[in-house]
Amino acid sequence: MYTWIWRHLPGTMPLKLLQTLVLVAAVSALLLFVVFPWVEPHLPINKVTVNHQ
Amino acid sequence: MSGDPVSDGEDGSVLDLSDDDGDDGVVATQAPDHRRPSNTGDTVRFVLRGIGQTLITGGLIILLFVVYEVYVTNIFAHQRQVRVHNALEKKWASGQDPLALPGGNQSAIPIGSGIANIYIPRFGRDFAFTVVQGTDDVSLEKGPGHYNDTALPGETGNFAIAGHRVGKGEPFLNLDHLKAGDDVIIETRAKWYVYVVEGDPRTGNLSVRDANNVPGREIVNPSDGQVLLAVPDNPGRTPSSHDRYLTMTTCHPKFTATQRMVLHAQLDPSLTAARSGTTMPSSISALYNKAGV
Repeated sequence: MYTWIWRHLPGTMPLKLLQTLVLVAAVSALLLFVVFPWVEPHLPINKVTVNHQ
Repeated sequence: MSGDPVSDGEDGSVLDLSDDDGDDGVVATQAPDHRRPSNTGDTVRFVLRGIGQTLITGGLIILLFVVYEVYVTNIFAHQRQVRVHNALEKKWASGQDPLALPGGNQSAIPIGSGIANIYIPRFGRDFAFTVVQGTDDVSLEKGPGHYNDTALPGETGNFAIAGHRVGKGEPFLNLDHLKAGDDVIIETRAKWYVYVVEGDPRTGNLSVRDANNVPGREIVNPSDGQVLLAVPDNPGRTPSSHDRYLTMTTCHPKFTATQRMVLHAQLDPSLTAARSGTTMPSSISALYNKAGV
């Protein structure tokens, strides 16, 4: 997959590196700001309350 | 250069270099011959590489999730805490007291809005959080949350709050560092209240119980709601006028939801002080010296 992406990035080496950085940043941002906040409440971690009627 | 020269190692670097070039040439010319019959090998290699990359990617995503939990959620929670704190200070400055409830009906307090400030000298002078009303996920991302309909600060009964231990502002990160006799200060529009953690203050032992059988600290299951009762762990009991508790809950052990750590403190009425302006009265700030910070 990574090889495939690398091969399909246009331009010279520095340009490819730059695009790689942008791609990594974009994927990280998507995970941090969209995916993780959505997933987290469904995970059995970080529950701090006791049963309260 | 990655190929290992077979036996030319001792023939000198110049020969080595030329030999490498020769090898490359050989490989290049032989490559088509190699590839044609080894289609299955290619497939196996392709699949294995795919699995490897997937696993590495998964690992990286999980690492990033840890970074998110431990650091990124703190940034967001801090912004929310600042907002809710400023809103409360503004409300107080304009003369409004969110806890002045005609008829004592707490449903008049908007969920997620600030009601009081909490200070714990043991955690240092910069430890200050605005407690919000409600213990739903959204409220708890703003700061420690007050269990709806448990007592309000200073009231008879049990003022119970929950707070995150890891990430999300982590107000109760060091709740396990509290000792018996430590002070927990609650600031409302009208008063400063000081709650003292239960247990034996001379030894700091948190498992010693008070007259109502309430310990300083207990580890309970998430379903054990009796720690929030007006007299904690005393079902059906009506609190007498001097039973004024503060209960704090957080997750335990860290990073998990298996159990809850619960701390109980009792109001020291002799330290209750009127609040005027934003500065701490000297009787309250003296508690920081007592804690050695």
